[in-house]
Amino acid sequence: MATVAQAAALKARHDSERSVGVAFAIMLAFLVAGPFLLYPVFLMKALCFALFACAFNLLIGYVGLVSFGHALYFGWASYLTAYAAKSWGMQPEIAILIGTATAAALGIVAGIVAIRRQGIYFAMITLALAQMMYLVALRLPLTGGEDGIQAVPRGRLFGLFDLNHEMTMYIFVLVVVLAAFLLIYRIINSPFGEVLKAIRENEPRTISLGYQTDRYKVVAFVLSATLAGLAGSVKALVFQLASLTDVHWTMSGEVLLMTLVGGLGTIFGPVVGAFLIVAMENYLASFGQWVLIIQGAIFVVCVLVFRRGIVGELAHRLHVRL
Amino acid sequence: MRPAVSVAFAVAALFATAARADDINVKIGVLSDMSSLYADISGPGSVVAAKMAVQDFNPAAHGMKVDVVSADHQNKPDVGSNIARQWYDVDHVDAIVDVPTSSVALAVADVTREKNKVFLISGAATSDLTGPKCSPNNVHWTYDTWMLANGTGKALVKTGGDTWFFITADYAFGHALERDTTNVVQANGGKVLGSVNVPLNTPDFSSYLLQAQASKAKIIGLANAGGDTINAIKQGAEFGITAGGQHFAGLLVFISDVEALGLKTAQGLVLTSTWYWDMNDANRAWAKRWQAERPGKFPTMVVAGVYSSVLHYLKAVAALKSAADGKAVVDKMKAMPTDDPLFGKGTVRVDGTVTHPAYLFEVKKPEESKYPGDDFKLRATIPADEAFRPLKDDNCPLVTSN
Repeated sequence: MATVAQAAALKARHDSERSVGVAFAIMLAFLVAGPFLLYPVFLMKALCFALFACAFNLLIGYVGLVSFGHALYFGWASYLTAYAAKSWGMQPEIAILIGTATAAALGIVAGIVAIRRQGIYFAMITLALAQMMYLVALRLPLTGGEDGIQAVPRGRLFGLFDLNHEMTMYIFVLVVVLAAFLLIYRIINSPFGEVLKAIRENEPRTISLGYQTDRYKVVAFVLSATLAGLAGSVKALVFQLASLTDVHWTMSGEVLLMTLVGGLGTIFGPVVGAFLIVAMENYLASFGQWVLIIQGAIFVVCVLVFRRGIVGELAHRLHVRL
Repeated sequence: MRPAVSVAFAVAALFATAARADDINVKIGVLSDMSSLYADISGPGSVVAAKMAVQDFNPAAHGMKVDVVSADHQNKPDVGSNIARQWYDVDHVDAIVDVPTSSVALAVADVTREKNKVFLISGAATSDLTGPKCSPNNVHWTYDTWMLANGTGKALVKTGGDTWFFITADYAFGHALERDTTNVVQANGGKVLGSVNVPLNTPDFSSYLLQAQASKAKIIGLANAGGDTINAIKQGAEFGITAGGQHFAGLLVFISDVEALGLKTAQGLVLTSTWYWDMNDANRAWAKRWQAERPGKFPTMVVAGVYSSVLHYLKAVAALKSAADGKAVVDKMKAMPTDDPLFGKGTVRVDGTVTHPAYLFEVKKPEESKYPGDDFKLRATIPADEAFRPLKDDNCPLVTSN
């Protein structure tokens, strides 16, 4: 009897691995063919947001913690990367490391403070910290206030590859984002990830099993913040600009929207959500402020009609995990 | 007979398409604030002006085909530079026009230079665009912060306004305007008592106005524009600032702001402008045409600058027979003297500044105004060679290299 159950579980795991593999292959094919069909800068923007949403999803989808201040890590990482590349003349890979490390440090501080509370209080604390740092960004001379940091040089990667070439930049962004994506997949499917999911499902029971859940939550928070920072750092080099938009609370809302539309707690959902929202912003830009209203309408439809998100709904229909 | 006619038509059509294929295609992008605090200064009005310039240029007569596109940059540098990049890369835009909000303009100038296109600046004010951050791809047409300071600032200090407090919009434009005005005030023997930086698009000015009131400065200099200036002056009136003997100096006031404030509130404001719709017959005739598309509104100097800069740009492209090399087109624009119905004759300097006279106006009292839009009376004319910053003070790399 036990062996039958084990075999069934093994088969389910095998099936899910296969469906994830197929989906990954489709995504990869799209991203490799992408720059020949679509505007590369648009794809790079979408990729940065896909990574940002995936990092966010790691926290909301797999630990069940709703952070409403992820713009903090995204935006500040992009500021530090831009500043390092422009004012200190750092090479792009060093600048990105500096930005990502900044996000990690901010994540440790914010995580230790915020993790003590749950639910709406957790969301409010993360929001409050993010707003505080937004105002710092507005006032600090380092960030350039409303002007932002402009004309950030992309430089030469490892001193070898000229990132001013659009295609080289695209390949670089693609490699970074895919590596981070696979890292997130690895985290989710590790024993550590199993504990995170256990916390999401039933925290008191996880505690009763002997896990110190606060430590797990802080580590997950810092990982999420760091990866969000990586996304922000890369974005600063793609657009050669770091601005207040990236630290504003609307950015925290936008990443939440991307994750929800794509599918909470799915691996591919945030990627699909990010591409959809960025495409809307891009191709509906001529409608100006109406984009926000259209986004709002889509959000409402999404919540009412398919609550699992696009990928979540698809996975449910096909009886697979994506 | 029938087949012959149809063959003739077909041949004619063939020639027509062949001729069209030889046309020089030019695409002009009007990038502006279409929906927020600067929309009344330029925005949709600039799009109308650009289209009028294309119409008056008559592209068909020059073997050219000119398209005008537009977008809203929402006053955000990231949005503005994204649109600029995409216009240049994907949509084959050859020149971007207007771009109010200096922070966005600086970002667009960087992208324009990188892609070697043309940036015709009308709405943005910061004098850095032709100063330390000047570019061989920029033409700054209408006005800048140095010229505003030199006009309004100097006039007020000379008539006794010798102590100042600044309320400054906290971004590139506000800082440049405060800096340039401070220099003028101090050079003319005045004193600056203090300043406060205010975020862009602020609805509530009360705490800043109280600081200004407490400073006891005779002049409260508003280093902001559009909706911010309107809000500050309106709320200042509610605080009784003008009744208490202090005076507002709107360092950048447009006719659209005066219309929004009403003459009762705005009367007596001194302002500097390079263009006023009611100056002469040519301006009035142009304003009338513009109003056919924008009923009930009055064209600002920014809108007029968009018209003139597009016209001069198209002349340069026609002379070169190509819009491909942005720097070459700008060099041509600098080589050709400017001449158009609105700004008259002038030149584009090596740093990209277009020189023309500036006018010091005073807003009329309600009883002096005879008809709608009759808002300004002329106090002084500043000749073209004095209105703009001398080249030697530019710190522009283009000037020193020549």
